[in-house]
Amino acid sequence: MMKTSMVCIACPLGCKMEVETITNGNTRYIVTGNKCPRGEKYGVKEMTNPTRMVTSTVKIKNAHLSRLPVRTSDAIPKDKIFECMKELEAVQLDGPIKVGDVIIKNLLGLEIDVIATRSM
Amino acid sequence: MYDVTIIGGGIIGTAIARELSRYKLNTILVDKENDVANGTTKANSAIVHAGYDAKVGTLKAKTNVAGNAMFDTLCKELGVPFKRIGSLVVAFSEEEMVTLKELYEQGKINGVPNLEIIQQEDVRKIEPNLSKEIIGALYAPSAGIVGPWELAIALAENAVENGVEIRLNTEVTAIEKNQEGFLVTTDEGHFQTKYIINCGGLFADRINNMVNTPSFKILPNRGEYNLFDKSVGNYVNSVVFQTPTKHGKGVLVLPTVHGNLLIGPTAEAVDEPRAVETTIGGLKYLKEKAQKVVPNFPFSTVITSFAGLRAKVATNDFIIEESKESKGFINVAAIDSPGLSAAPAIGKMVVEMLKEIAGNFQGKEDFNPNRRPVINFMELSNEEKAAMIEKDPRYGRIICRCEEITEGEIVDIINRKAGATNLDAVKRRARAGAGRCQGGFCGPRVMEILARELNVDITEVVKDSKSSYLLTGPTKSSKHQEDSDQLVAVSQDK
Amino acid sequence: MEKYDIVVIGGGPAGLAAAIEAKENGASNILIIERDRELGGILQQCIHNGFGLHVFKEELTGPEYAERFICELKKQGIRYKLDTMVLDITEDKKVMAINTVDGLIEIEAKAIVLAMGCRERTRGAINIPGTRAAGIFTAGTAQRFINMEGYMVGKNVLILGSGDIGLIMARRMTLEGARVHGVVEIMPYSGGLTRNIVQCLEDYQIPLYLSHTIIDIKGRDRIEEVIIAQVDENRRPIDGTEESFKCDTLLLSVGLIPENELSKSAGIKIDPITGGPIVNESMETSVEGIFACGNVVHVHDLVDWVTEESRKAGKNASAYVQDRLIREKKPISTSAGKGVRYIVPQKIRLENVEKNLDLMLRVDNVYHRAKLVVKDNDKIIKVIKKNHLAPGEMESITLNLEDLERVVGKEITVALQQEEV
Repeated sequence: MMKTSMVCIACPLGCKMEVETITNGNTRYIVTGNKCPRGEKYGVKEMTNPTRMVTSTVKIKNAHLSRLPVRTSDAIPKDKIFECMKELEAVQLDGPIKVGDVIIKNLLGLEIDVIATRSM
Repeated sequence: MYDVTIIGGGIIGTAIARELSRYKLNTILVDKENDVANGTTKANSAIVHAGYDAKVGTLKAKTNVAGNAMFDTLCKELGVPFKRIGSLVVAFSEEEMVTLKELYEQGKINGVPNLEIIQQEDVRKIEPNLSKEIIGALYAPSAGIVGPWELAIALAENAVENGVEIRLNTEVTAIEKNQEGFLVTTDEGHFQTKYIINCGGLFADRINNMVNTPSFKILPNRGEYNLFDKSVGNYVNSVVFQTPTKHGKGVLVLPTVHGNLLIGPTAEAVDEPRAVETTIGGLKYLKEKAQKVVPNFPFSTVITSFAGLRAKVATNDFIIEESKESKGFINVAAIDSPGLSAAPAIGKMVVEMLKEIAGNFQGKEDFNPNRRPVINFMELSNEEKAAMIEKDPRYGRIICRCEEITEGEIVDIINRKAGATNLDAVKRRARAGAGRCQGGFCGPRVMEILARELNVDITEVVKDSKSSYLLTGPTKSSKHQEDSDQLVAVSQDK
Repeated sequence: MEKYDIVVIGGGPAGLAAAIEAKENGASNILIIERDRELGGILQQCIHNGFGLHVFKEELTGPEYAERFICELKKQGIRYKLDTMVLDITEDKKVMAINTVDGLIEIEAKAIVLAMGCRERTRGAINIPGTRAAGIFTAGTAQRFINMEGYMVGKNVLILGSGDIGLIMARRMTLEGARVHGVVEIMPYSGGLTRNIVQCLEDYQIPLYLSHTIIDIKGRDRIEEVIIAQVDENRRPIDGTEESFKCDTLLLSVGLIPENELSKSAGIKIDPITGGPIVNESMETSVEGIFACGNVVHVHDLVDWVTEESRKAGKNASAYVQDRLIREKKPISTSAGKGVRYIVPQKIRLENVEKNLDLMLRVDNVYHRAKLVVKDNDKIIKVIKKNHLAPGEMESITLNLEDLERVVGKEITVALQQEEV
């Protein structure tokens, strides 16, 4: 039995949680201190496959700014963040773009897209 | 071949340059910095002293009182903010009152007009926010406040308008005497000149020593200041000094011409002629000393702090003389306080000296003493404002919110003679970024305007010196781009 | 002279929400005046996620959050002027503004909503010693350069202040290839949200130096070195604890100040603690018919609360121009007791409270297992237990109308009580 303390980042409340790892037979996790189901999900995920949303920008032409803000459509594995940034660096768009437009489909084969977060 | 080379573009160099521009002379001013007015001129108390402080018979006494009297006309011609608000030297004890009496007598001999010793109740009438412990003061109505860098910039601009050449980012590295005068070597090449006027400020001894035996040593002395928000700008109405003691002059409290409040300076000998950093100790000292005079002042309204260096010498008087070894080489050195007040008089004096050396110069018929009028958009009437925007819509766009400076004004000061080429230069000329947010909001916009007007990339826009870069390059263009050819094209759903 | 029912000053999250809500509550002739070139305010540079969980029940980035309001505003046909700066407002609700197209604009408004937001505290305001080298940016200025203009401001970075913008920028600069050497915080606790410490610092192994401050900045042209030192309980540097960082950039995230120069010009009373106008239950300032909302009133931790507060301001501005706001003679005051820094609103007129009223407040220190106690003189009205309280996080207490109607004194106090351990 092992206990890991963590702060939930699922929302800005920042619940202080403990995740208990139970390893008799199948590994199970018991999350305590969370105030909502998202906390439980986060706690288990942090122990198995920690993921993060990536928000950044890409180059854009024919727009009133030279960078368009983007995000991943879902959280991606933590260890893929810098690879994702590398992908974003290669993007060069032409305006106009609408919020929600897919900028990179199936990012790094993760079945997650990169989408525009504003119209420009 | 130049007739006259002025080394140093501070208040003294520019005052001399403008004075020389009245004559048919081929004059050049060189400065190692990226702007004029970039040394002591940009960090001092901004006071036009009355002239009671200098010892009788000194050059300081002579040029201070004479210089002071020239300010009204000069600042009017050049469109520089100047206010004759008077000064008070306040005394807390009978002993200090004795000192005031001495200053009063000294001032009278120096020729300071309308000096007066006033009592407690009159001090309070002039300055209701000062300490209740003050028992009297020396009142000098002729003292004033001025924008020191604005004055130097305006002098430089007017000098250029009248034919003087200015070369910035040009550091004099060697001077050689020859038949025709001097060969001046800079990091940007050589040139020949008949006469040299050394206004090198903190580096004046080094310039002198390039061609002469060392005859003086500049002793840099640092003064730190705090500048406060305009909301407390009228906390005092005049320049308030403490009575000088053997421990020094004490710190002063004064309004600035733009309506802020200034407290300073400290006085500290330093080794380095560039040591203009502020220190924890210095800033603490200012607060402690100022509290004696303004005990209830809200120090939390500080918007910035800065430090300047005074170019002192052991003899404690200005050095304004032709070198004994090099004919045609004039040192104008050791110009510490009251250098700003004395500058207009020093300009005249040096030209007279040069006339003695070179014979009389021919005046220019077309010399124009008036600088092209400066636009202070917010000071215009509503009708004038509307007309201005009609003519040039850029006057309708406020770039600096705190000081309410328009794009039109910023473009104007960039495109003037001796115009602004960097962020601090814009701040000094148009006050954009000089307010309470200190350029947080307008910095990026001003950089954009500078890049556009100077036709350079925004990453080339600097804060102050050539190497004071602000941006390191565009995002999304780092090293991994070279090895990113394996990346596939982007799919884009519209 | 142009005439509007409601003029909203500022087109950021506060102004947008106020204008839309005013329209939805029956006001028709509304104008937003925005000084930037587009609507959305600071949200447009806050490209990170974490916005909207309360208002939209989903997590959005700043630009997405802004765009929802901008679309709604346009759908409602609310008018706005961009690139337009308000120079002055008067007590009788005349607005003087300027832009490149209309020139000088004089507007007469029946009601004004102040939504100018806040500005960042600068190096000068906290008197950091050292040289004046280039490379010192407020975190927000750096954020604008990087996220909107597309330029990096440095390669080796130290950040002073652990407020949320500082933490967000630590991650952002790391992702863009800079090395962030650390975040320095003078207090013994962070000023930002805990989740930002986790996902912005811990994820990238960026150290957080609590109880530390900067004692010197070196470098003549561009910053070359920053020296930090630990501080004692009086926030004074301790000799011998100095640590040096070779860096070219210093970001400052040392606090936000409500921008109230215009409010002052209209003679509006300012709360010395919040730095914003004193407001009542309707978000009306001390000048009748001038309302205020968002960071111009007090600095919020989450934009969602800005939206809620601004909707209230918009709704009441609308009620005011339709003569539906009740002006009662003697409002109840709210008063910050022990452990509480401030409360917004500062005044309550019961007649205008519908079902309940939220008191927004901040505490003055980090507390564990504490209670927020609302009292009418000695009588306890409400008690809220809190496991964790921090100055970086806003707290709210909802009082219902029945509780408020039972108040007999002239003021209610909110104070913090530590629970017995």
